[in-house]
Amino acid sequence: MTELRGKNLIRKILSNIPILLLFISVLNNFDFNHLGLKYFSFNFSYILIFYYSLKKSESLGYTYIFIAGLFNDVVTGTPMGLSSLMYLILCVAASYLRNITLRPSVINDCIFFLITILIINSLMFVSLNFIFNYELNYFDQIINITYTFLFYFLFSNLFDFFEKYLVGRNNAR
Amino acid sequence: MESSRDDFVIALRSAFLKKGTQQRFSLLSLIFFSIIFLILGNFNFKVINYIKLGINEIVYRSSFIVSVPENLIKDSYLTLQNHNKLYKKNEKIKFELEILKAKDLSNEFIILENQRLKSIVDDYLVKSDTIIAKVLSDKGSPFLRSIIINKGSKHKINLGMVVMDGAYLVGKIVEVNYLSSRVLLLSDLNSKIPVIVEPNAVFSILSGTGKNHGIIQYSKKYDDIKSESVIYTSGAGNLFKAGIPIGKINENFLNDEKKVEFFSDFSQLRFVKVLSFLKSETE
Repeated sequence: MTELRGKNLIRKILSNIPILLLFISVLNNFDFNHLGLKYFSFNFSYILIFYYSLKKSESLGYTYIFIAGLFNDVVTGTPMGLSSLMYLILCVAASYLRNITLRPSVINDCIFFLITILIINSLMFVSLNFIFNYELNYFDQIINITYTFLFYFLFSNLFDFFEKYLVGRNNAR
Repeated sequence: MESSRDDFVIALRSAFLKKGTQQRFSLLSLIFFSIIFLILGNFNFKVINYIKLGINEIVYRSSFIVSVPENLIKDSYLTLQNHNKLYKKNEKIKFELEILKAKDLSNEFIILENQRLKSIVDDYLVKSDTIIAKVLSDKGSPFLRSIIINKGSKHKINLGMVVMDGAYLVGKIVEVNYLSSRVLLLSDLNSKIPVIVEPNAVFSILSGTGKNHGIIQYSKKYDDIKSESVIYTSGAGNLFKAGIPIGKINENFLNDEKKVEFFSDFSQLRFVKVLSFLKSETE
């Protein structure tokens, strides 16, 4: 009985890891800026939110995503609510893809993810530049989008492995 | 045709409105909240400002705690790297120190003479209150360059105060909370400060690039700016005291840009000095 309870507790902790990862990623900004690499940055939170909204929508609550967005705005110094809006649009796209997909495939997910982050980053660029008068480097955004898209392959496999073998959930939608 | 449009509408409506088993709010309502936050925040609505201040205090502290393991690894790596370079550096520093000692004596005399002459020509002298602050977080976005320090309005930090790393200019305060503040670094794209390039005394504007260097802009005397020229604050517009060293010119011959290498490494800031320069009462 005690063993069973212990196992349940571990499973509960493991199933909450995506939320923990999301908050760590927005508070710490997993972009490897400190490595000093000139043309390298990616948005880990986009990958995490899209993957979990698409595959395991019960793991990341929309409210947590909304709060994480507010935290991200504070850390990066962008107007309050902007990151939340972008994260939620990402969730809408993932949710829409989940509704229309009958046979899931990684390639389809990746292409849809690319289109979504292109739209999101364009929206962010336009709103920051034209509404809030922030100056952003267009080239940096392109690099960020490219690496975020490329890393989606890697992280989606890692999350699949994590969910399958550590949490013990199937890949069912 | 008709049915495929219906499918699209149904899928989209479900994406916006359907709540999961543990979801309290639908996506549409949260998107609505975000837009309200954005609009009211843009109009400086009081309630939103209070919420923002509260979240700022929580997030800055949490961000500092979350960054501890990563900072520890980074610091250990840098310590090892520095240790290897130590011997060569020591030899070089010893040699430079001898030269500087000789220069220092003549400098002291020049400084005193300069102060005396400035008071004669009625230029203002500056007094400053120094506040030492710890850098809580340097995790800006990949596009914006700023740091968070652990001193705020409680410690008499005000907007526009100058932030320095040793003798070098780092940036200025752009946001003040009760216990923390945000510093806009010189490398940020939105940073533009009046500078003077020595020798030849070329007045210009130093702009951030979002990278680890700045560029010299809006100057008519580009040809007078040579490689290795030193950049100081010009004091124009009374933003900063004149003569604070910032960096040196590293000319990029490929696109004829006047690149500025900052003296201070903004990625390695641990403690900074926050100062306010005031006009002294002329006697």
